[in-house]
Amino acid sequence: MAEAMGFYTDTTVCIGCKACEVACKEWNQLPSRNGGVNTLSGDSYDNTRRLDGIHWRHVKFIEQFTEDRKDGRWLLMSDVCKHCVNAPCLEVCPTGAIVRTEFDSVVIQSDACNGCRDCISACPFGVIEVNPASGTAQKCTLCYDRLQGGLEPACSKACPTQSIQFGAIKDLQGRAQKRVDQLQQMGEKRAYLYGADEKMLGGLNSFYLLVDKPEVYGLPPDPKMPTRNLKSATWFSAFGAILVGLMGIINFRNRGAREDAREEQP
Amino acid sequence: MNAFPSSTFFSAPPEWGWYIVFYFFFGGLAGGSYFLAVLIDLFGRPEDRPLARLGYYLSFPCILVSGLLLTLDLGRPERFWHMLIQSNTYQPIFKPWSPMSVGSWALLIFAVFSFLGFLSALAEDGRLKQPAARGLRPPGMLGSLVTGIGGLFGFYVAGYTGVLLAVTNRPIWSDTPLLGMLFVISAASISAASMILLAQKSARNSPGLATLHRLDSWVVALELIVLIAVMISLGPVFRAWVNVWGLVLFFGVIVLGLLLPLALYWRRQWFGDFTMTAAAAAVIAGGFILRLVVVFSAQGV
Repeated sequence: MAEAMGFYTDTTVCIGCKACEVACKEWNQLPSRNGGVNTLSGDSYDNTRRLDGIHWRHVKFIEQFTEDRKDGRWLLMSDVCKHCVNAPCLEVCPTGAIVRTEFDSVVIQSDACNGCRDCISACPFGVIEVNPASGTAQKCTLCYDRLQGGLEPACSKACPTQSIQFGAIKDLQGRAQKRVDQLQQMGEKRAYLYGADEKMLGGLNSFYLLVDKPEVYGLPPDPKMPTRNLKSATWFSAFGAILVGLMGIINFRNRGAREDAREEQP
Repeated sequence: MNAFPSSTFFSAPPEWGWYIVFYFFFGGLAGGSYFLAVLIDLFGRPEDRPLARLGYYLSFPCILVSGLLLTLDLGRPERFWHMLIQSNTYQPIFKPWSPMSVGSWALLIFAVFSFLGFLSALAEDGRLKQPAARGLRPPGMLGSLVTGIGGLFGFYVAGYTGVLLAVTNRPIWSDTPLLGMLFVISAASISAASMILLAQKSARNSPGLATLHRLDSWVVALELIVLIAVMISLGPVFRAWVNVWGLVLFFGVIVLGLLLPLALYWRRQWFGDFTMTAAAAAVIAGGFILRLVVVFSAQGV
């Protein structure tokens, strides 16, 4: 495997220009919603609304203002697939359509996907949805085709403020930590990294510098693997089957004793 | 302090809709009725065999409908076989940790067993002139083996859907490990109820019918206990049911589908001959509404 590649997104320098969204759509030839007819969401300057099958980048606008709007701040964040090291979507995919590439990114092969949508419910970040044009689940590919050609992903290339930085995960982690230290020294004590180390799903290959709680950005504070429930759910189901089986055996086995037992029935 | 009761609230709904609700219902019926038929065959008396036959007759069409519903639900129905065979290598794919993968194989294998049960029931009824097919059911060695293994797959088909929901990151579904257990028990209750309804017509005088009534009342009581356990196990996520879905769950499942049939099974004389029919119909309706609530309530969150 080549080196693990990914994104480090410094949300403090994002200006909400959406160049990443446009570059992504253009390179990946993603269709517009409603045939391009503009509809406003009413939610700040965000008319993309969410990541889905035709939006693989989404700039979030979070307004934190006082009631009289005299004081406050914007939180801006370009959201994307996290390319988790332990990827929940890849884990549950029954067709093998979701694979890990040589860049340690997670890619859905559209020609193998049959649109069962298990990955959608498995992704703790709500990244994946069906692209109506293909009928298959789609998301950011970390521009796998560009990476193979030695180019960087379209979004980071287009980002004018270097909020989205692409590179080897090791380099990015060092760079991000320096930036956190710098912000802390400057008095921004809330700055921290989200998903940069292996504690979160083995590490996010697209990690973030944030200045508020994860849920404020619409990110889960504690994302987990879907298979955490597999063993317990299976054992409980088997236990249920055993109970039903015992009830069936008791009831059908000895019909002669049934009349005597009638008084004891629940 | 965390403002959210669970990190599952940041995932996206997979938009599993009516196809899946109906699949959960018919899949439960297919597995449950086969499971009950095997129990009756193995532990019942010879005079109960017509009742067991009903189970095999019910199971096979239900599993066919299930496969059809699942295929139609896919974004690309013509690629249904990708669940079993990798489309780029033509190698089988099996991921034991993914309930969707295991379930696809289990459905296929169970459909074969269900078909064999169906054939043996036809043979015993004299509608299939192949006496050998009768050996596919107990009491013979081969029949006991075939139905025993088939019964295990039947249980799996009835319950894996709940495990599949648990192995996601959606609110409610993945916030309790008990949905699979609830689905298994509910599959048994709706299957027993369906066999009771079918028996009204063809096996009215079967001595096992009263036993089936009693078994269904036991299973419904167990289902009520497990449903309450599900609600408790949800913890703070239970608030996701404090809305219209909670009302549907309370009136449609708890009152209509569980408490009413329990009362009817207990007080058999209430509506004369019609009492058992009403109880069985209520159990079936409740089982359907249960799946409706579980599937849809976790999508709107």
